[in-house]
Amino acid sequence: MGSIAKLVAQRLTLGLLILFIVSVFITFVIEFLPGDACQALMGQSAMADTLEACRQEMGLNRPPHLRYWDWISGMLTGDMGHSLANDRPIADLLANRTGNTFFLAGLAALVTVPLSIVLGMLAALFRNRGFDRSINVVTLTFISFPEFFVAYLLIYFLAVQAGWFPGISNISGSDISLWEWTYRTILPAATLTLVVTAHMMRMTRAAIVNVLASPYIETAELKGLGRWRVIARHAMPNALSPIINVVAINLAWLIVGVVVVETVFVYPGIGQLLVESMSKRDMPVVQAGSMIFAAVYVLLNLAADIIAIMTNPRLMHPR
Amino acid sequence: MRGFIKTLSQAPLTAQLGMAIIVIYMFTAIFAPLLAPYGERAIVAGQYLGPSWEYWLGTDNLGRDMLSRIIFGARNTVFIALLATILAFIIGIVMGFAAAVSGGIVDQVFSRLVDAVMAIPILIFGLLLLTVFGTSIPVLIAVIAVLESTRVYRLARAVGMNIVVMDYVEAARLRGEGNWWIMRHEILPNALSPLIAEFGLRFCFVFLFISALSFLGLGIQPPTADWGSMVRENASLIAFGDPTPLIPAFAIALLTVGVNFVVDWFLYSVSGLRE
Repeated sequence: MGSIAKLVAQRLTLGLLILFIVSVFITFVIEFLPGDACQALMGQSAMADTLEACRQEMGLNRPPHLRYWDWISGMLTGDMGHSLANDRPIADLLANRTGNTFFLAGLAALVTVPLSIVLGMLAALFRNRGFDRSINVVTLTFISFPEFFVAYLLIYFLAVQAGWFPGISNISGSDISLWEWTYRTILPAATLTLVVTAHMMRMTRAAIVNVLASPYIETAELKGLGRWRVIARHAMPNALSPIINVVAINLAWLIVGVVVVETVFVYPGIGQLLVESMSKRDMPVVQAGSMIFAAVYVLLNLAADIIAIMTNPRLMHPR
Repeated sequence: MRGFIKTLSQAPLTAQLGMAIIVIYMFTAIFAPLLAPYGERAIVAGQYLGPSWEYWLGTDNLGRDMLSRIIFGARNTVFIALLATILAFIIGIVMGFAAAVSGGIVDQVFSRLVDAVMAIPILIFGLLLLTVFGTSIPVLIAVIAVLESTRVYRLARAVGMNIVVMDYVEAARLRGEGNWWIMRHEILPNALSPLIAEFGLRFCFVFLFISALSFLGLGIQPPTADWGSMVRENASLIAFGDPTPLIPAFAIALLTVGVNFVVDWFLYSVSGLRE
């Protein structure tokens, strides 16, 4: 087990290093903006001395590495500064929305993961037959669709024409029940599900086909073992690690895909906040929001790596 | 030519459909000014008119002819996506082959750099860079090319690594050829078929990426006719049961479906996955 612990520790260190680089990068890129927060706050016509006073107050005239330190320690302790647009603390703005985004992504993941694994396994088992061919065409089509196309199709047919679901996810009321919340989130979640399932299912299929093509599976078949036993006892342990990897990678995609979907449905999550703040050039919010997305993405990829190591049969039973 | 037609007629229906779509789009993009009944930016009638004989697809939020803008969109959106993809391939292939041929420190530096860029989700990174550097078309193309080149780099390096160990590369080295010559004359011709398939896939990604950026308001800017921004501009119509915003979105979807079908068939016939 020693080697696994070492590998996992290595990956964790690497993940932390990447998070650090990403955070430096995001701050660094924002430095490129012409003008600074004070300029943005007071506009072009601000007097030189008031600008100076503002910079003094906000600590903008300190050297960049100190400001980075302030920002990152603030991010970690929950003090993310204030929004330029409405002067509210960013932590307050983000708190609710992060929960909303995770609710949406979680709802989509709940359907996507089992669905795509089952479909992927079936497609791999019946590969190159009618079922596999038709599912290939269908998933290829959905991969090619932009998310907003799927979203507007669902809105047009299910919300406007049929009137079954609300076309805009208004979940701002704090007293709505979990059931009502889910009901209003169904269309955005369905959009994400359709797009991500296509990706996840194709990658699952590829992972299983890969395992099924190895010689030891043929040996097992030639030994006369039943089809089910070959799959469950021989193929599955080796296919597990790539499948879990596929799931984690796709969950990382799902988190990012949320940005477009939230914008379409005006769903109050961090994706929608991020896009709104970008158009208003509200950089402190953009900085914090980007960091959250990047962090979740890095952590999910890290989880994929670590799970892949932990479920690798060759590492589980070291010689 | 006859061989080409024969291959084409043996291709599955989906691939033929994909080819047809690509040809139609190319035709529309090239002859846009001749095909479009009105100008790209001309305001011709009232806002949000329904379809009529004069304006086949109705008019948009400013009273511009929807059909004309769709036709011009084929030109703008596809052209920008194509340019960004080509640029991404030039950067990615040169860096990837250089890493494969040189190895050592060059490989380490390039690969770690690419790892760092790929650690950040591409949509967030793209949005961030465009917010900071502005949303002019050259910036848009450069940002997308740099971000997508990391994916091309990975493939080019992996393919290059397999070729570098071949005897003929060794022979060229002993002949005294330089790294650039080897990249150009030994590696590139042998790496072509995976790179062509990747080009099709990357184009789809870039195209969808630009459309998403435009839809979010940070891609191609008005008044340029672009499908992603056209969806955004007319999005409010959908609530009134008017499917107009679906038309530009469908135009995007149809092209990526077409390209993906062709690439899928290409990969299938190249890899010999026919069991």
